[in-house]
Amino acid sequence: MSTLANETYEARVVAASEPGVTFSGALSSEWIKFRTLRSSWAVLLAAVVALVAIAGLIGYVTGSKWDGQLDPEDRVASAPLQGLFLAQLLIGVLGVLFVSGEYTTGMIRSTLAAVPRRLPVLWAKGVVYGLVTLSTLIPTTFLAYGVAQLFLSHFGHSTSLSAPTAFRAVLATGIYLALVGLLGSALGWIVRSTPGGISLLVGLLLIVPVLLEVVPGQWAKDISHYLPSAAGASFYSSLQADGALSPGAGLLVLVIWVAVATTVAAFLLKRRDG
Amino acid sequence: MIEARDLTKQYGDKTAVHDLNFTVRPGIVTGFLGPNGAGKSTTMRMIIGLDAPTSGRVTVNGRQYRDHRAPLREVGAMLEARAIHTGRSARNHLLAMAATTGIGRRRVDEVIDLVGLHEVADRRAGQFSLGMGQRLGIASALLGDPATVMLDEPVNGLDPEGILWIRNLLKQLAAEGRTVFVSSHLMSEMALTADHLIVVGRGTLIRDVPVAEFIASASSNSVRVRTPDPSRLRALLTGEAVSVSSSTEGQLDVTGLSTDEIGLRAAAAGIALLELSPVQASLEQAFMELTADAVEYRTLSSSREEVAA
Repeated sequence: MSTLANETYEARVVAASEPGVTFSGALSSEWIKFRTLRSSWAVLLAAVVALVAIAGLIGYVTGSKWDGQLDPEDRVASAPLQGLFLAQLLIGVLGVLFVSGEYTTGMIRSTLAAVPRRLPVLWAKGVVYGLVTLSTLIPTTFLAYGVAQLFLSHFGHSTSLSAPTAFRAVLATGIYLALVGLLGSALGWIVRSTPGGISLLVGLLLIVPVLLEVVPGQWAKDISHYLPSAAGASFYSSLQADGALSPGAGLLVLVIWVAVATTVAAFLLKRRDG
Repeated sequence: MIEARDLTKQYGDKTAVHDLNFTVRPGIVTGFLGPNGAGKSTTMRMIIGLDAPTSGRVTVNGRQYRDHRAPLREVGAMLEARAIHTGRSARNHLLAMAATTGIGRRRVDEVIDLVGLHEVADRRAGQFSLGMGQRLGIASALLGDPATVMLDEPVNGLDPEGILWIRNLLKQLAAEGRTVFVSSHLMSEMALTADHLIVVGRGTLIRDVPVAEFIASASSNSVRVRTPDPSRLRALLTGEAVSVSSSTEGQLDVTGLSTDEIGLRAAAAGIALLELSPVQASLEQAFMELTADAVEYRTLSSSREEVAA
């Protein structure tokens, strides 16, 4: 049209000087997609608020009861970060939505038409979502910790980041949440539906651990340490539960969960009709 | 240029597209015509690699779509089903698409103006009317300024103004030398827009002909003649490639001869004619007859070999 006014398209060959599909192109496309949906920011903000507000609340409550009936686990460095139980659902669901939203709206057809080799889309979505969650949630967990200390210090009980396990626990909480987000995205790719993806995620994080607890026998207990939620807890908690993995092993198991789910997602994306 | 060779797609035990062979050439509008469920959308999905063929292959400009370095610059496609996130504005949708292939913001503004969405470009696509959605789909298709443009049922749900706009756009794109491939289930629409027709039914190729030829062959032109002496006229006209039938007393329906030929022969033989009028079956009628049942596809699909040869 305007670009080739006097030329016919009949013999047109796309020139080498015209950019093609690149991974950085896929990355910037996914970043545009993420930031131009209101739901992205709403859910992310909800997770931030949940982490900080709950940390403040826990800091206040534990501070005021410090000398009374408190379990040891309420006094450890990671205790105020329990907002993560809500935040993990929000971040996981947003991860599912970032992918399943493409399928429910039909956007995926445009996406795959633009990048027909497909896998760059999956990697780009993962990189974008991983960076977004890490860069917002790590500062948030430190902020939440600080807010909790503010309340605790009001009662004269604050710990500092230099306390054993404190720094690791705070940093790990942010990383755990980002990994749960990536797990959500992988599940979104696998089931291609929002309700399906959310059900799987909630089932894996909340239902399966409870089921394994009711099953009699030691094997169920042994397995349960390797679930994403338990492995995550080993990673971010200041306290090590009986028989639980070490923090490093917990992180490793969590990463394996994400890697396996993503590999299955990549395999299916490549193989299935879009 | 789009080339399909022995293209077949099965979903489970259902065959959506069967052994399809055709070539879509540049510089003209090629209509892809068939009833709903004939396999048009499936074929188009295979052209841009959304669905993988069960067997056979389809190439665009000599290569499979996914093997192109810059697919959006080769083929611009709008599928029948919406392919836009409802929560995102038209402009942001186009920017996200453009980013994959390093297409600049200026081109995004250009296509927005081209399809007339300037006023609403920053509104969420979920609030768009059907017509605005179609225009956004076309804007996405033109984003990479591709030499091949493929639109699935573009006039569906459009108002008369929108339909006229699409017709003119398609003709303009073809006049620029582009390959334009447009599907429709409406024969009348294709007769107005297309230069060439690829007709499918139940996943099989029925015809691959220029529109003019399709109209001539499919509309089974016959001539209605009334005469006081039908038996003599019948004997006079009947011959090779000419058939004469009669439904009413004193009236003959002749196929295979023009009104001129009938008039002159009757005059030469001294037979009086009371009426001599051409009867044209409607195109829609012809198309429906052509795609009505499976038996006919099989007999007619043999014409494919002649066309391909």
